[in-house]
Amino acid sequence: MSDAPIALEIRDLHKSYGSLEVLKGISLQARDGDVISILGSSGSGKSTFLRCINLLESPSQGTIEMAGEALRLKSGKDGALEAADQKQLERMRAGIGFVFQNFNLWPHMTIQENIIEAPIHVLKRSKDEAIARSEALLKKVGLFEKRHNYPSQLSGGQQQRVAIARTLAMDPQVLLFDEPTSALDPELVNEVLSVMRDLAAEGRTMLIVTHEMRFARDVSSQIVFLHQGRVEEIGPPEQVFGNPTSERCREFLSSHL
Amino acid sequence: MNWSWDVIFDNLPKLINGAWLTLELVVISGLIGVMLSLPLALMRVSKRRWVQAFPFAYIFFFRGTPLLIQIFLVYYGASQFDVIKESALWPILREPYWCAIITFALHTAAYIAELLRGAIQSIPKGELEAGKALGMSYPLMLRRIILPRAFGIMMPSYGNEVILMLKGSALASTITLLDLTGMARTVIARTYTPLEIFLAAGVIYLIISAVIIALFRFLERRFNRHQHWPNEKPKDLDAQL
Repeated sequence: MSDAPIALEIRDLHKSYGSLEVLKGISLQARDGDVISILGSSGSGKSTFLRCINLLESPSQGTIEMAGEALRLKSGKDGALEAADQKQLERMRAGIGFVFQNFNLWPHMTIQENIIEAPIHVLKRSKDEAIARSEALLKKVGLFEKRHNYPSQLSGGQQQRVAIARTLAMDPQVLLFDEPTSALDPELVNEVLSVMRDLAAEGRTMLIVTHEMRFARDVSSQIVFLHQGRVEEIGPPEQVFGNPTSERCREFLSSHL
Repeated sequence: MNWSWDVIFDNLPKLINGAWLTLELVVISGLIGVMLSLPLALMRVSKRRWVQAFPFAYIFFFRGTPLLIQIFLVYYGASQFDVIKESALWPILREPYWCAIITFALHTAAYIAELLRGAIQSIPKGELEAGKALGMSYPLMLRRIILPRAFGIMMPSYGNEVILMLKGSALASTITLLDLTGMARTVIARTYTPLEIFLAAGVIYLIISAVIIALFRFLERRFNRHQHWPNEKPKDLDAQL
């Protein structure tokens, strides 16, 4: 396919909760500009996989590389891997944007404060620079006039757009979306998807866990179908949606389209 | 019954002096208590068991024994140790004033630490994950997210704890201090008018309580600005509700 540089490479990722293995060796490669949608029924491990990439969950085995730099891992006491170098983990996390299902804005800060927080304190940008950038991003997601409101004054869709702007303010190399529209009322889903469409059109590298099949088919360069902790089907959307080789993938798609 | 307004007015300056001492004890011990509670609460929420052990024992002791016993232990107990009597701390531990402040501070620290621990643990996990995902370190999250959020959450119950300490501070009178209660008893010993003087002291306690309640209502509003919307509800939120 494309020969763009590799943005993110995950090899043989395993994850267990006690004796229950939820990820059974997942490998995935994202090149710059790739938009990869991860599909699967609930319990297939798709969210867990995404959360393992920036160590919000501890994988039990596997390697994670971002732009050629391997995240250094060591074994913790319960067999789970943890960062060997906390500073490296923080630096890599700053470069991996993560958008949560429940937005997770900080309620005690205004919209603008939410967005400038990490650029100022993690990237050490000046306050003026961070504010200018936050204003540009808020215009982009259509919420400039809400910048001095608190998150609780916004609708779910608006909060998610702010959360996306907060992530973009870090200028991440890769964006991870963990079911970004699953907590939203149906009529608020589209405003978030349209922001994500714009990001995909800009050529951003994105990994998206989603249940929005039509959206996944439209924006993705690649579709990954997970089943019981394994990659069951992988390929361009035309192939996965049009002519899936796996029986389970076919069943899943026919019940979700 | 003989009710005398004069005895109240004549002794009001004395009672007010006592009230100042009460306030001093509550405010100084309260400030020290907040500072002590911070490391206690942080150790208490640690994942490591051996770090939790000390604050657990400390909080267990100070919440499980009467404040009066604690005051007596410090005031009468400290002088039993030659080590303490010969140490540089003795000029302080010899003073009932400092004994009261130290005891109140240690006592209230245990309660505040528990409030703070509860508040920290009630912050939705997602808010901390958001910080982690943006590359924030634990100390940074503590300073910018965890503590500001926790103070907002605990503010109403902390106001309650200050009121409890205000009333508990009456025990300072048992180690010779002339706080509001101590002063009232001293006046009564001379005038034999317990009804008037105790009622007057009670009213002064009530006034101080009212001021503390108002202060904490103000603080609560400042810390939890996001819950008290200054303007009208935004339209789109109504639509969502």
